[in-house]
Amino acid sequence: MELLISTLEQGLIYGILGLGVYITYKILDFPDLTADGSFPLGAAVTAAIIANGGSPILAMVASIALGALAGLITGIIHVKCRVRDLLSGIITMTALYSINLRIAGMSNVPLFGKVTLFKNPLVEGTLTGALEPFSAVIVVLIVVIVFKVLMDLFLKTKAGYLLRAVGDNDTVVTSLAKDKGSVKIMGLVIANALVALSGCILCQQQRFFEIQMGTGAIVIGLAAVIIGTNLFKKMTFVKATTSVIIGSIIYKGCVAAAIQMGLDAGDMRLITAVLFLAILVAGNLFDRKGDAA
Amino acid sequence: MIRLENIKKVYNAGTVDAICLFDGLDLTVNDGDFISVVGSNGSGKTSLLNIICGNVAVDGGKISIDGDEITSMKDFKRYRRIGRVYQNPAMGTCPSMTILENMSLADNKGKAYGLGWGTDKKRIEGYRESLRQLNLGLEDKLGVRVGSLSGGQRQALALLMSTMTPIDFLILDEHTAALDPRTAEIIMELTDQLVKEKGLTTIMVTHNLRYATDYGNRILMMHQGKIILDQNGKEKAATKVEDLLGLFNEISIECGN
Repeated sequence: MELLISTLEQGLIYGILGLGVYITYKILDFPDLTADGSFPLGAAVTAAIIANGGSPILAMVASIALGALAGLITGIIHVKCRVRDLLSGIITMTALYSINLRIAGMSNVPLFGKVTLFKNPLVEGTLTGALEPFSAVIVVLIVVIVFKVLMDLFLKTKAGYLLRAVGDNDTVVTSLAKDKGSVKIMGLVIANALVALSGCILCQQQRFFEIQMGTGAIVIGLAAVIIGTNLFKKMTFVKATTSVIIGSIIYKGCVAAAIQMGLDAGDMRLITAVLFLAILVAGNLFDRKGDAA
Repeated sequence: MIRLENIKKVYNAGTVDAICLFDGLDLTVNDGDFISVVGSNGSGKTSLLNIICGNVAVDGGKISIDGDEITSMKDFKRYRRIGRVYQNPAMGTCPSMTILENMSLADNKGKAYGLGWGTDKKRIEGYRESLRQLNLGLEDKLGVRVGSLSGGQRQALALLMSTMTPIDFLILDEHTAALDPRTAEIIMELTDQLVKEKGLTTIMVTHNLRYATDYGNRILMMHQGKIILDQNGKEKAATKVEDLLGLFNEISIECGN
């Protein structure tokens, strides 16, 4: 039961990361490795704020702002300096490693006993009794739903349409007298804001910051996007954002199951890689069957 | 009015493969012109369009619209006044978005793409009406993804989208070439209707000599980066497909093929 709850918590938290990766990978068709740096960026700034007694909400706002800035930098490197998409992300990600260390002050910051989104008078006062073991899941669920709905709404706005158009066929965007480069940058900004927010929530939930926590973030995000979108491909009534979040929960469930079966926590990355490969191959098989039908 | 003055364009400049396409090209497109541009492959027809739209930078010369120089203006800014339809029907629409979403996007050209709703519900009936006039059954498919439409349907939609908002110039780059003869005919009719209705100044590149003679008020033939024929009004109206074909053969013989 406890394992189930913690898997759900993790799945939901990484679901926010998935939403960000969905924007870059699926909508923009941009392999954005910035995520590996912006995810711990959110965590680092959160650690710095909360360790100094700052408010968890302030930490969220700061994470979103800094994540957006990271996306902006990758976007400018790609669009204005004309560096290839993959390399632009790698450059920002590499720089962020040092920046994250500077922000957090050290490579490990414990936040035990501090006021967080999960441990505060409001949560402890309302989510009591039978709800108490679920308090973290409930908090995460609220955050995830808020940002999922915001993103759904955004994708229905004019700006959202333009964002979808630029990944789909950027010639159309140019024909509409809009600069496709700026639209791409906007997408990267929003995506990395979400990724950093995900890092912020995870940092608050596990109550420590660790410089390595970003490594492989992009893979987790991609796994969530690919599992989710493949699984619900045929069900058009399920929104892409919903399927990405469910994909993230499934992915975290698979990893938890693998560890449960006796694999060591150190094998995490290996499990991640194998699982990711399996998803990609399975997705391709699905596609081929779909084409034949 | 679009003016090209003394345009120079060299591809692969500075290499052994350097090809000088335009060396002092002049062209004035008058308001209300519907120009058909014909010519063999590599004669510079599409390059001409790309230079006007700003997709290709020139190596010399001056481009202006209504007297304002636009030689170094970015392509997307030029499209404020220009609509364009491409040979490939996939170029003018977004495949993973629905017909309604595509039309809503196009309908907002010239305005800000902010946080207002992408689709204005009050406009839907209008979209449906303009789709109905195409006679392709698209009016009942507003919620269908454009990627699942046929080439002809997509091209009709692309043409509609490019002329939805007030523009001054319409650029057609062999926009019927990838379509079957019947669909090409429908698209050409629609083009003529839209051009007349909206009073658009139009440049149409085509390999279809009949379209070149049947439509428009002016005809250009290009060869090796030069305009070798420029007929207007009555003179153009008297030009037949055979005349163009004859001229084509003449220049081909000169080239030795």
